Amino acid sequence: MGETMNLGQLKPGQKGRVIRVGGYGAIRRRLYDLGLHSGETVQMIKAAPLKDPLEISFGNGHISIRRSEAALVFVDPVTE
Amino acid sequence: MVDAAHEIKIALAGNPNSGKTSIFNCLTGAHQRVANFPGVTVEKRIGHKKYKGHDITFIDLPGTYSLTAYSLDEKVARDFIINEKPDLIINVIDSGNLERSLYLTTQLMEMGVNLVIDLNMWDEAVENGIEIDTEKMSLLLRAPVVKTIANRNQGIDKLLDACVDLYTCGCRDGISPPISYGSQLDDIVTGLTHHVKRCPGCRGCHNPRWMAIKLLEGDKEITSRYLTGKEAYDMLSGKVNESLKHIKSTTEQDPEIVITEGRYGYVAGIIREVMRRSEIDRMKISNQVDQLLTHKILGYPIFLILMWLIFQATFRIGEYPMHWIEAGVSALQDIMVSILPKGIWADMIVDGIIGGVGSVIVFLPNIVILFLGISLLEDSGYMSRAAFLMDRPMHFMGLHGKSFIPLLMGFGCAVPAIMSTRTLESQRDRILTTLLTPFMSCSARLPVYILFAGAFFGIHAGNVIFSIYLLGIATAVVLGKVFKKTILSGEDIPFVMELPPYRWPTVRSVLIHMWERTQIYLRKMGGVILIASIILWALGYFPRKETFDVDYDAMIIQAEQSALPDKDETIASLKAEQASEILGYSYIGRLGSAIEPFVTPIGFNWQMGVSLITGFVAKEVVVSSMGVLYQLGADIDEKSNSLIAALQDPEKGITPLVAYAFMVFVLLYTPCIVSILAIRREIGMRWMWFAVVFQLILAWLAAFIIYQGGRLIGLG
Repeated sequence: MGETMNLGQLKPGQKGRVIRVGGYGAIRRRLYDLGLHSGETVQMIKAAPLKDPLEISFGNGHISIRRSEAALVFVDPVTE
Repeated sequence: MVDAAHEIKIALAGNPNSGKTSIFNCLTGAHQRVANFPGVTVEKRIGHKKYKGHDITFIDLPGTYSLTAYSLDEKVARDFIINEKPDLIINVIDSGNLERSLYLTTQLMEMGVNLVIDLNMWDEAVENGIEIDTEKMSLLLRAPVVKTIANRNQGIDKLLDACVDLYTCGCRDGISPPISYGSQLDDIVTGLTHHVKRCPGCRGCHNPRWMAIKLLEGDKEITSRYLTGKEAYDMLSGKVNESLKHIKSTTEQDPEIVITEGRYGYVAGIIREVMRRSEIDRMKISNQVDQLLTHKILGYPIFLILMWLIFQATFRIGEYPMHWIEAGVSALQDIMVSILPKGIWADMIVDGIIGGVGSVIVFLPNIVILFLGISLLEDSGYMSRAAFLMDRPMHFMGLHGKSFIPLLMGFGCAVPAIMSTRTLESQRDRILTTLLTPFMSCSARLPVYILFAGAFFGIHAGNVIFSIYLLGIATAVVLGKVFKKTILSGEDIPFVMELPPYRWPTVRSVLIHMWERTQIYLRKMGGVILIASIILWALGYFPRKETFDVDYDAMIIQAEQSALPDKDETIASLKAEQASEILGYSYIGRLGSAIEPFVTPIGFNWQMGVSLITGFVAKEVVVSSMGVLYQLGADIDEKSNSLIAALQDPEKGITPLVAYAFMVFVLLYTPCIVSILAIRREIGMRWMWFAVVFQLILAWLAAFIIYQGGRLIGLG
C-alpha cells in the first residue's frame, strides 16, 4: 500500500482502492451512481491522446472521466 | 385471472447501454411511436403489444443509473413512475454489469413498484465467465428474473410471460423486501418510518419507508411534494434532524453518502449470493479494437476519416435522391400548371402547396443517411470513443465530446445537425450545441458566397470564402465560452461516461432508429414547415399587382408575334422586369423597402435587403431573389455572368467591402425557417426566439463594424 492519491494520479495499468469521493451535489452523486463508492477497486487504463479525459475500469465496465473529476476521487494504490 | 380485460401498462427502466431500447424494440416491433415527456424534450417511446389476450402498453423510460433526480432524465423517469403508476416495471439489466445495474434496482424496489428483472445480454456475460443463479436472485429480490439476449430476439416470450403472470397472479403490491442498510441505519430508518406513517400531512405517500429514506437523503423535491402543511414539517423535522445528527456523529460522514454506501453494501451482498465469476479477460477483442481506435497517433486520423465518410455520405450521396425529389416536385408542378385553370388557386397549389411539400421532403435523404451513420456509431460503441477523443478540444468551447458530430454536420445542413443533438445527455449541452450549430456555415449559404466572392474578389475568392467559414467557427468558439459564462451558467454535469464494449450493430435497431427520426421529422416538423412555406409564398405573392407601370402582357404578345431576331431575349427580359415589379409590390418586397433604413448603415441596397428576407425560406434563395430583383429572371444561379455583371455595376453601389459585409451577414443571420423549427423542436420556443433575435442582432453588428470600420480605414 502506498500513499493516498487522487484517481488521476494512477499510472496506466495501475490499480487503486477508492477511499473517499469528494465534491458536492450533482458531481459527487453522479460518481457514486456510476459505481465509484469506497472500497471499489479501479484501474487506470489510459489517458486520451490529448491527455484528458481518462479511461478507467472498475466493476465490469470502462468509464471515461475528466481529470478535474478524477481529482475528486481519492484512492490507495494497490500493488499486486 | 384478475383484471384480464384491462390494459397493462409496463415501463422499462435500466442503465444506459443495458440494451433497454433493444428489448423495447423486440417487445413492440414496429408498433411504436416517439413523443416527449410532458414539458421537457426528453424522448418517450411508447409501444403496444397484444399478448395472450392482454393489451400491453410499453413505455421506454430514459436510461439512468439512479433515480435521485439530479439530472433531467432521472427526474423524468422518477416522475413517470410516481405519477403514472405503471402496473409493472421491467428492469433491464446488463448481465455483465450486475453491480451498477442492481444499484438502480434497489431504488426501484424501494419505490414499491412491481418489478420484473430482465438479465439482458446474457450471452456476453457467459462469454465473460460470469454465472448468475437466477432462481436465487428471484428469491432474494422477490421478483421474477428472466434471461434475454435482445440482439438475437431470445427470451422475449419468457419476459412477456413473466409480466403477464405477475400481473394476473394477484400477488402484486408491496412484495419487494426492504433494502437493508446495516443494522444501525436500519433502526433509524424503521424509527423514522413509524413517524411518517403517523404523520397526517403525508399526502398520498403510499410508501412510508421510501419517504423516510428520502427524508434522510435530503431529497427536497420528494419531501416537498408529499409533506404538505406546516404541521407535517414540524412533526417530522425534529425527528429527521435528530436522526441526521446521529448518523453524522457515528459515521462522521454525510448521511446521503452513508445511505448510498449502504445501498452498495446491499448490492454487494446480493452479488456474493448469486454470481460466480471465473477470470476471463472479458473485453479482450473489444480492448484490441479499442487500442487501435483510440490510439495516440492513429486515433484522430481514423476518427476524421469516419467523420468524413459520414459527412460525404449524408451530403454527397444524399444529393442524388435530393435531385430526384426536386425533379419530381417540379415535374408535378408542370403537370398541375397544364391541367389547372390559371389563377390564384392554381398558383397556390403549384407554388405554395407543392413547393411547400417539396421544401419539407427535400431534407429527407440527408436525415435518413445521417441517422443511419449515427445509429451505426452509437450501436457499435464508437460514439462514446469519439466523445472520448474529442472531449478535450470541445471542452475548450464549453461543450461535450459528443457535440462534435452535430457541429460537423452543421457544415452540410443545420436541420439534421440540430436533430442529432439528441445524442447529448445533458440538456445544457443540447441547448448550447443547438445554438452554436447555425454558425457552422451550411452548404445552402455557399452559393451566396460564390456569387459575391466571385464577383468582387476575383482570384482571391477562395481565400475570402475560407475566411467566412473560419469566422463562423471562431464565432462559435467565442459564443460557446460566453454563453457558458452567462445564459447557460451553473454547475457542470460531470463528463463521466460509460465506454461500452464494441458490439456489432443489428440491422433491426439501426432501421428502427432511422425510421424514428424520419417519422419525427415528417410528423412533428413537416406540418409546420409546410404551413410556414405557404405563408412565405403568400407574402411574396400578395398583394397582386393588377396594373403594371408598363403593359407587359401586351408587349410580350407583341414581341411573340414579331419577327425580330432577338425576340426570345426581349420576351425574357420583359418577363423578368414584370417579375421584379411583382416581387417589389408584394408584402415581402414592401418589407424589404421598409427595412431599407436598417440596411443602409451596413451598406446594403434595398435589393439586398429583400433577398435577405427571402433567404428566410432557404439561404440559397438569396441568389435567385437577386436574379429576380436585378430583372434577370428567377432561373439565375451563382455562376451567372449576367448577375455578376449586374452586381458589379458601380451604380448599384456594391463595393468589395459591402460584398464582404453581406457575406458575413448571410453567415451569421437568422437561420432558415426549417432550421428555426428544428431548434424549436429540440430546445423549445423560448430558445428558438432567442436564436432568431440574437443572430439577427449579431449579424447586423458584425456587418456594421465591417462596413463602417472598413470605410474609416479607407477600404471601399
